Amino acid sequence: MGRKTLIPIGPYHPLQEEPELFKLYCDGEIVTDIKWETGYNHRGIEKLSESKTYDQVFFLVERICGICSTSHPFAFANAVEEIAGIEITDRAKYIRSVIGELERIHSHLLWVGLAGHFLGYNTVFMWAWKYREPVLDLFEMITGNRNSYAMFKVGGVRRDIENQKIPAIRKEMSVMRKKLDLLTGAVMDDPVIHARTKGVGVLTQQDIIDYAAVGPTARASGVDIDVRRDDPYAAYPLVNWKVITAQAGDVFAKAEVRLLEMYESASIIEQCIDALEKMEEGNVALKINDIPEGIGTGRAEAPRGEVFHFVVSDGSNSPARHKIRAPSYTNIATFKKSCIGQTISDATISLAAVDPCYCCTERMAAAYDASTGEKILNANELINLSLKRTSEIRKSDAGHE
Amino acid sequence: MGFKEFCFRKSLWVFHFGGASCNNCDIEIIDCLTPRHDLERFGILLVGSIRHADVLLVNGSINRRDKDRLLELYNQAPKPLLVVAIGACGCTGGIFAEGNTFAGPVDKIIPVDAYIPGCPPKPEAIIAGIVKLAGKKG
Repeated sequence: MGRKTLIPIGPYHPLQEEPELFKLYCDGEIVTDIKWETGYNHRGIEKLSESKTYDQVFFLVERICGICSTSHPFAFANAVEEIAGIEITDRAKYIRSVIGELERIHSHLLWVGLAGHFLGYNTVFMWAWKYREPVLDLFEMITGNRNSYAMFKVGGVRRDIENQKIPAIRKEMSVMRKKLDLLTGAVMDDPVIHARTKGVGVLTQQDIIDYAAVGPTARASGVDIDVRRDDPYAAYPLVNWKVITAQAGDVFAKAEVRLLEMYESASIIEQCIDALEKMEEGNVALKINDIPEGIGTGRAEAPRGEVFHFVVSDGSNSPARHKIRAPSYTNIATFKKSCIGQTISDATISLAAVDPCYCCTERMAAAYDASTGEKILNANELINLSLKRTSEIRKSDAGHE
Repeated sequence: MGFKEFCFRKSLWVFHFGGASCNNCDIEIIDCLTPRHDLERFGILLVGSIRHADVLLVNGSINRRDKDRLLELYNQAPKPLLVVAIGACGCTGGIFAEGNTFAGPVDKIIPVDAYIPGCPPKPEAIIAGIVKLAGKKG
């Protein structure tokens, strides 16, 4: 038995731009166990959401995650529109899909770049991020901001994509395809990338089902799920596209799925702007006066997988309860399968392969004991505390009766 | 030329602290280093340890868990050190200022030399902030 070594990655590690802590337990070069600690990024969004009006919540959920800053408003809009029974106009549907797919392209390019960086392949990093810039320029042209687009509202979108802007989008998409050809060719044919990613961080189909992983992580292991097709929303049922899957389940397959998905996104955008061009401008938002009492669930396919929002409305102008589940929440748990047994050098790319997003995931705060400042209550302990309190109240109530 | 000016005369090395942020500012900071803007031309380099850094970039609202760690990083840093608060959250707490875990904007915890507002600030704004700061000190 060799000596067990603990290698901490984080919380403020130069490799990651977000704060989180991984503890890799190693026996020699081999990772034997992995634990992770989050909470550095907790902002209390679900609670904050209850203090904001439905119109304001969009600005808040957009800031759950800067990279998926369309997916969260998308899911929230779906949830609220389910409560109110609103069917948005076709033009608004197409605009929503255009923004959603542009986001997918920029997010996947960002991931390809970061994955290259984790492999020590900075050329891919610089290359992918250079190609990402024109997408952000499109966002700036359409919405006025490079990130956090503020495009969504209950009953439609906040601003139109005017027809005069459409040729620029179309031109960029055709240029983007050529760039993607170059990038995909370079990544798929590179012997170094093959050697570093094939057979690394393998997740089998059963692992995906066990851990309920979603998005490209699941699709790379042959699990054919995509909310855009399975639970259609916005303009996705109105255009032709296909769900990309791969079978191998390793890091290379995940890269392959993401690279090919970008082509599908470009195709969806082209079909949407063709449809937009044929319609009259304007009429992108319905006037919604109040949200009735009710419960709504909204799903949307973020670049990383399924975003789920659950909203309870009590008929007032702000949500009574707002629950958010981001894709990384389940995807991060697959590290237990993909990293253990790997060498340390392969662990980083296995960690990066699911494109984990911690600011999406941070939904739970640990409680400190105020008197000692030491004890931390975890989720189970908090639940036990709550159960205990309920049983006590029950007992005392029973005593009264 | 004073000691402080002497220290910041040449390449500024940067350490990036991402607090409880939404990731946008982090991405825009990395964007500054990629081909479109390429701050490395000017010798501005993202370093892995605060002990090598001249500048501490802080973004995101600071929650209770981050607070002590930010303070510790500041104490570990060799002085003189320039602290830059990036983004609405770094400057004031932004939309998260009312959150139950919010532990004060950056300037309540450590002294801040420059604020770069915006949600998120464009890479051009980040560069302008760094240039202004370098001009003021150098």
